[in-house]
Amino acid sequence: MSNPLEPEVKTNPQGDPITSVEPEQKTNPQGDPITSAAPIKVGGSSKDPHEGAKKQRVVTPEYMFFEAPRKREFITGSEAAKEAVRRSNVDFSVAYPITPQSETMQLIGVLYGEGYVKEYYRGEEEYGVMSAIAGGSRAGVRCFTATAGPGTLRGIEPIASWPGHRLPAVAMFTCRVVNAPLAIQPDNIEISYLLNCGMIVFHAENQQDLFDFIMKGFIIGEKNDVTLPVGVACDGFFVTHARNYVDMQEKGIKLPPRQAWKGAVPVLDAENPPARLSRDAPVQKSNFMAYNIHAVWQQEVWAAVERSRRYIEQYMGGLCAPDNVEGAEALIVASGSAAAQSREAIRLCKDQGVTVGFIKIRSLRPFPTRELRQLCAKAKLIVVPEFNYVGWLAKDVATAIYGYSNAKIVAGPHVYGGMSMPVEMIVDEVVGGLTGKKSIAVPDSAIMGRDVNQAEVAHFMQNI
Amino acid sequence: MSLDYVKFSPGFDKFMPKEYRDMVEHGPFGKKVTVSQMGSFKEILEEHPMCAGCAMTLFIRLAMISFPNPEDTITVGTAGCGRLAISQAAIPFVYGNYGDQSAVASGLSRGLRLRFGDKPKDVVVMAGDGGMADIGFSMTLHSWFRKERFTTIMLDNEVYGNTGGQESGMTNKGQVLKMAPLGKKFEKMDMVGMAKLAGCAYVATVVPNNPRRVESVIKKAVLVAREIGPTYIQAYTSCNIEYSIPTDKVMEDAKNVENDRYQFSEHLTEEAKHYLATRYGFKEYLPKPATATALPQA
Repeated sequence: MSNPLEPEVKTNPQGDPITSVEPEQKTNPQGDPITSAAPIKVGGSSKDPHEGAKKQRVVTPEYMFFEAPRKREFITGSEAAKEAVRRSNVDFSVAYPITPQSETMQLIGVLYGEGYVKEYYRGEEEYGVMSAIAGGSRAGVRCFTATAGPGTLRGIEPIASWPGHRLPAVAMFTCRVVNAPLAIQPDNIEISYLLNCGMIVFHAENQQDLFDFIMKGFIIGEKNDVTLPVGVACDGFFVTHARNYVDMQEKGIKLPPRQAWKGAVPVLDAENPPARLSRDAPVQKSNFMAYNIHAVWQQEVWAAVERSRRYIEQYMGGLCAPDNVEGAEALIVASGSAAAQSREAIRLCKDQGVTVGFIKIRSLRPFPTRELRQLCAKAKLIVVPEFNYVGWLAKDVATAIYGYSNAKIVAGPHVYGGMSMPVEMIVDEVVGGLTGKKSIAVPDSAIMGRDVNQAEVAHFMQNI
Repeated sequence: MSLDYVKFSPGFDKFMPKEYRDMVEHGPFGKKVTVSQMGSFKEILEEHPMCAGCAMTLFIRLAMISFPNPEDTITVGTAGCGRLAISQAAIPFVYGNYGDQSAVASGLSRGLRLRFGDKPKDVVVMAGDGGMADIGFSMTLHSWFRKERFTTIMLDNEVYGNTGGQESGMTNKGQVLKMAPLGKKFEKMDMVGMAKLAGCAYVATVVPNNPRRVESVIKKAVLVAREIGPTYIQAYTSCNIEYSIPTDKVMEDAKNVENDRYQFSEHLTEEAKHYLATRYGFKEYLPKPATATALPQA
C-alpha cells in the first residue's frame, strides 16, 4: 500500500517507474546541471521556435575556436555533435538511423525544428543519403550527415566519389562492427575503408574532440586549396553514448556560411560555367576518356589532402599530439578511444617505473608521416593499441617510419567485435615488448617486422 | 546572373572557340525556341558519340530544346548511353554514381532552393531504364513519395545498351537478351503506374517521333516540378543496335511501338492543371465554364 504522504510514482504499462520525464533540472553524477538536454515544455507557448537560431550571429573561425569564452557541460558524444552542428551554420542534413549513430541525426532533426539547420529529411537508406549530400554540396550549401558501420559501407560508393567531385561536406562515422556475424558493438574497422577515399579523416578520442573536429572540419574542408570532404570518426558507444565534459562556446554564435564560389571546383548552380568534370572534353567525355585525365584528377585530390596539413596545424594544433616522447623507454601511438585507454596505461606503467611516451593521432588523412619520423627516430619500442582486428593504424605507423626508426613495433593489443580494452592489456604489451617477457595477448598483437614466434603463439593458445 | 555566365567577358569574345561563340550568339539561352525552329539556332546538344540512328539522341535533343529555361537548368544522370550525349550538352550535368540520380537531384534541388529561393533552377533527371527502374529504383520511388520537386525522365530503350545488351526490368516479357538467354521471365515494370501511385503531379508516356508532343510534355513536366511536385516522363527511345532495327526504320519502329504498348498518355493532378492554366496560360487546363453552353443560345 502506498503512503499518501509520498508523491505518486508514475509507471509505464509494465509497472516500472518512469524516471525520464522528471521536470526538475537534470544533473550529472557530480551534481552539475546538464543544460544541453531539451527542457520539458510546460503549457502552450506562442514563442517562435526559430527565435534562438535567428538571433545567432556569425563570428570568424579564429574567434570561435580560439577566443570565444567556453562553458563546460557534461554531455554525450551525440549531444556534442549536435552542439557542434548548431554552431556550424549548416544548411542541409540528411538522416538515416543506424546504431549507434541514430541519436546524433535525430538531434540534428531537433536543430532543424529550431531553425539552426535549414533543410533536413530522413533519407531512404545510406546510398541515397550520401548521394543527396553530394547533390546538396554541389548546389553550394553546407552539408552534414552521420552514419555507422554497415551504413558507412552501404554509402561508401557515393562517399568515395565525394573527393573526386570536390565536395566539402562533413560526415561523422560512429564506428561499429560491419562484418558477419552482424553485431552493433564498437569496432573501428570501417575507418580502414575510409582511409583510401581521398577524403580527410579525423579520429576523435572523446566528446570534446568530436565537438571541435566537426566544427573545424567544415572550415578546413572548405578552404579553396583543399575543397574536400571531411570524415570525423569516433568509436561508437564509448564516445556517442557516454557522457564527458565538453567545453563549448555560447549557442548564440556560429561559423560564417559556406561561400560556394570559393571552392576549387565550381558548384552546379547554373551561375558559373559548369564543373569541368562533367562537361568539357576530354574529362569524363564518354567511354573514350583519356586515362591520364582520371590519373591527374586523383593526383590533385591527394595533393589537396596534403595541402590541408597547414590548416589542420592552424586550427587543430597539429595532426598528432606528442606527449613526453623525449627520453621515454617506449612509445604508444594511438587514435580514438584507444588513445583514451593508452593514457591510463601510461599512468600504470609509470607506477611500475616504466616511462612511456605518447603520440595521439588526430588526423589519419593526411597522416602525420613527417611528425612520426621525427618523433619515433630514437624510439626502441612502439606499441599501437587498436579497436579492430586488422591493425590499420599500426600498418600506417610502420609504413610511415620505415627506414627512419629502428623501433620494434607491436601492433596491439587488438580488441574487436565489442570487446573492451582493459588498460592492463596495453601495459602488458609495453612491458612484454621491453623485457621480452611473454605477453598474454601476443597473437592479438602480431609483432610487425619479425617472424611469428610459434612458441609465443602456443603460449597464448594454452591460456585461452 | 545565370544568363551572364554563358556570355563572354568584355574583350574575350574573339579569343573564344567558334563553337562557343555560336552558342552565345545563336544558342537558345534567354530566348524562347521551339522544336519547329530546329535548324535555325544552335542547339544545346549537337556533337555526341551516340550510334547512328539512335532514337534516344533525338529525344534528348528535343527535350533540351524544350527546357523552359535552359540557362537555369541542371541535368542529373547516371551510367548508360544517355549520359554520353547529355554530358556533351552546353548545360551543367551531374554524373554521379550508379543509380544515384534521384537522390543527388533531391539534395541538389533542395540546396538550390535554399540559395536561390523562388528563382527557378530546374533540376531534370535523365537516365535509362536500368538506372531508374533497376539499380536506382529505391531512390527513384522515394524521391516521388517525398514529393521532391524535380523532373524525372526515363530514356527507356528496354535494355542495358551501354554495357552491351542485357535484360533490364523494363524489357518486355519473353524478350531474349544477354542475361536472359531463355527470354525475360517477368513483365515490363509498370513505372508509370508506380509514379501515379507515389503521387507524381504530372506523368506522361511519349515516343520521339512526334517532336511537338515531346516539347509539350517536357515543358509541362519541368514547370509543374518547380512548385507543385515530382513529375515523370517515360519515353520510348529504342536501341537500334541491340534490337537490330535498321537505322532507316527507327522512326517506323517508334510508331509501331507507340501503337502497340507506348500510347501517348498524360496524367495531371488537379493542382497541376490549375497551376499550368493560371501561371503559364495552358488554355486546355482552364476550367470549363459551366454556363458557357447556355450563352450562344441566349
